[in-house]
Amino acid sequence: MSELSLNDAVVTTRLDSVVNWARKNSLWPMPFGTACCAIEFMSVMASKYDMSRFGAEAMRFSPRQSDMMLVLGTVTNKMAPVLRTIYAQMAEPKWVISVGVCASSGGMYRTYATLQGIDRIIPVDVYVPGCPPRPESMIYGVIKLQEKIEKESLSMRKDHVRRFYESLDRQEQIQNDQGLTGQQTIQNMLRQAAKDKVASIF
Amino acid sequence: MDSIAITKTQLDGDRMIINMGPSHPVTHGTLRIVLELQGEIITHATPEIGYLHRGVEKLGENLSYQQFIPLTDRLNYTSSMMNNVGYTMAVEKMLGISIPRRAEQIRILVSELARIADHIICLGINAVDIGAFTAFLYLFRQRETVYDLFEMAAGQRLHTSFTRVGGLFRDLPPEFIPLCEQFLKDAPKAIDELEKLLTKNPIWHDRTKGVGALSVEEAINWGYSGPCLRACGLAHDLRVKQPYLGYDQYEFDIPVGTSGDVFDRYLVRVEEMRQSLRIIRQVIKTLESGPIIIDDYKIALPPKEKVYTRMESLIHHFKLIMHGMEMPVGEVYSSTEAANGELGFYIVSDGGKNPYRIRVRPPCLPIFSSFETKVKGRLIADAVAELGSMNVIAGELDR
Amino acid sequence: MSILDTLLKNHPTSILDSYRFRGDQTAVIAPASLMPVVDSLASQDFHFLVDVTAVDWFGKTEHQTRFEVVYHWLNLGSQERLRVKVRLQENEYLPSLAIRFKTADWYEREVYDMFGIHFEGHPNLTRLLTWSDFPGHPLRKDFPLDGGDPFCMSDSTSPFTH
Ligand code: SF4
Repeated sequence: MSELSLNDAVVTTRLDSVVNWARKNSLWPMPFGTACCAIEFMSVMASKYDMSRFGAEAMRFSPRQSDMMLVLGTVTNKMAPVLRTIYAQMAEPKWVISVGVCASSGGMYRTYATLQGIDRIIPVDVYVPGCPPRPESMIYGVIKLQEKIEKESLSMRKDHVRRFYESLDRQEQIQNDQGLTGQQTIQNMLRQAAKDKVASIF
Repeated sequence: MDSIAITKTQLDGDRMIINMGPSHPVTHGTLRIVLELQGEIITHATPEIGYLHRGVEKLGENLSYQQFIPLTDRLNYTSSMMNNVGYTMAVEKMLGISIPRRAEQIRILVSELARIADHIICLGINAVDIGAFTAFLYLFRQRETVYDLFEMAAGQRLHTSFTRVGGLFRDLPPEFIPLCEQFLKDAPKAIDELEKLLTKNPIWHDRTKGVGALSVEEAINWGYSGPCLRACGLAHDLRVKQPYLGYDQYEFDIPVGTSGDVFDRYLVRVEEMRQSLRIIRQVIKTLESGPIIIDDYKIALPPKEKVYTRMESLIHHFKLIMHGMEMPVGEVYSSTEAANGELGFYIVSDGGKNPYRIRVRPPCLPIFSSFETKVKGRLIADAVAELGSMNVIAGELDR
Repeated sequence: MSILDTLLKNHPTSILDSYRFRGDQTAVIAPASLMPVVDSLASQDFHFLVDVTAVDWFGKTEHQTRFEVVYHWLNLGSQERLRVKVRLQENEYLPSLAIRFKTADWYEREVYDMFGIHFEGHPNLTRLLTWSDFPGHPLRKDFPLDGGDPFCMSDSTSPFTH
């Protein structure tokens, strides 16, 4: 049967692009707001800037129901295991936008207490600079993520996810074996990573 | 009384432990409370804080006095202006200098605007938690105007870093006062609308009256200050009791409550917004012209034109940036009335370029430490109302 | 009569040092005199404990003791303020005020967390801001700012630049 005889009833395409097309236009954001950037994020969701115009309207506070995590604000070493747990709880496919310099690199807090960039402990897809970024930049970050999703390959995603869950298992094992808190486990893992000259623990 | 007793036995169920936070919509950021429940009644509530401990005090020991100003923005990020003012006042006290009158007046002006923005967030979010979403939307329009004003003055919506040791880093732009006057016209209407929605609303009464009531003695023992202390019935306001920046030249009242419950705190905050508007009106009327920063180039940078054209100013600029100010050896504690209460800065100087020790006395830390006693034996819904009205800002709580 | 003069009159031997600087009054005492001084402050209407913190004089030879615990008091009637500083050595204990002033509870926990100073009689002296097995006490002067975090180093020492 030739394609022509079906007329407009069927569209042929690659699996990647149809799945990605659907994914990119229905992002469900979950704000992981910890500090000042979260205050600015309120404006992004309110009437003046309104993120729903870009297909990211249904804000959920539960990680189980969302697929785009916005990390808004400083993530401290004390918060690090919490962030990892929440990321792990999100259903696949999931993406992370790191909003503000604090989340992206530790920002002005180059101290013992602050995690120097969340990409050390979870995979990040888009970074939005600024302290705090203006609402426009946050929206721009979401648009950039949509562009990224469009080009993603489904098989590569799998690999990426597997690596994270493996590191989570490793974390749990160290934690139980040595009887440490989650925070200290991640600290030790970070130190080990630095020794091995890798930039992250997953 | 009887009806409550009946509900209590009805609600009595099994013992249960639930974990609220650190990522929970009601905790607004990074608090964690482990609640132990007997049915719906809270038997224990253990708060855990530190999830936003960023090491600000340690960082301050490694920065010069001027460089610490941006970090003060990020303490109470809903009203950064007041932190800027509080910190620079502490450094000025250490130096023993006084600043030009216009700078003082502008500091009062922006502080009061920040107080309004802070109370708007506190009341709006408290109402949202309790289930009244409309008030939030009504108030947030006004908050955007305040942020527009801040952007005009300082170039940033949230993190203003507007003050400098010895004054301000720049004067108000000419468009500021007209927009501010427009705000003075619109804001009272919004506050009235808020009151129409909530003050006589029976649901609001049910959820807030009697929740978290406290006597004045208890409140002092817990270290309460600001609106939470005034709601208990003590008219303690540093702007009046220990006037700074010339607050004593303006007329305003200190609202006080009677029982210290969530409803009283709400009333106090609403009235404080009105009083702040009153102060702003008087400041605008009496705003003097003149310099906005002292012209001692050992403390404040010389103006840019001079740096580019005069050798001496260039040297001053270089000296100040590279070697910092000449600080006396000693220690000061300086406090201001921030939106949450007494915001104190304790600075110890060993005469060096950086402070030897810098301590921030956060107003909400002692208030939040009383959380367990206040919600014990109450319903879990009361804990939500109480938490919102304490106005805990993690940035200054954990520093 | 200012509160500092009253204290000097009532506790002539326990006040090690006293001074005024920019209008702030300071009295310096030894750990053993903390309770009597607090008692006499209470009798003078100083009921508001504004703040408790500490200073580490590590490596400063002009100070005989390593730590100073700093209390700020306010008299809500006369609006007078007083700073009481307690000098103590690294292994010395301080009586806790948490029973009498509930606000001292978290402040003392914070001082314990940040400086490692122990308060005797505190109902729950655990870390407040850092986690329970955090190594060291961050605000001590011999604690590095980056806490030894390899990712926190300056660019020249970072393992990721070549
Ligand atoms: S990036 Fe700036 S605004 Fe955002 S959390 Fe960090 S300090 Fe706050």
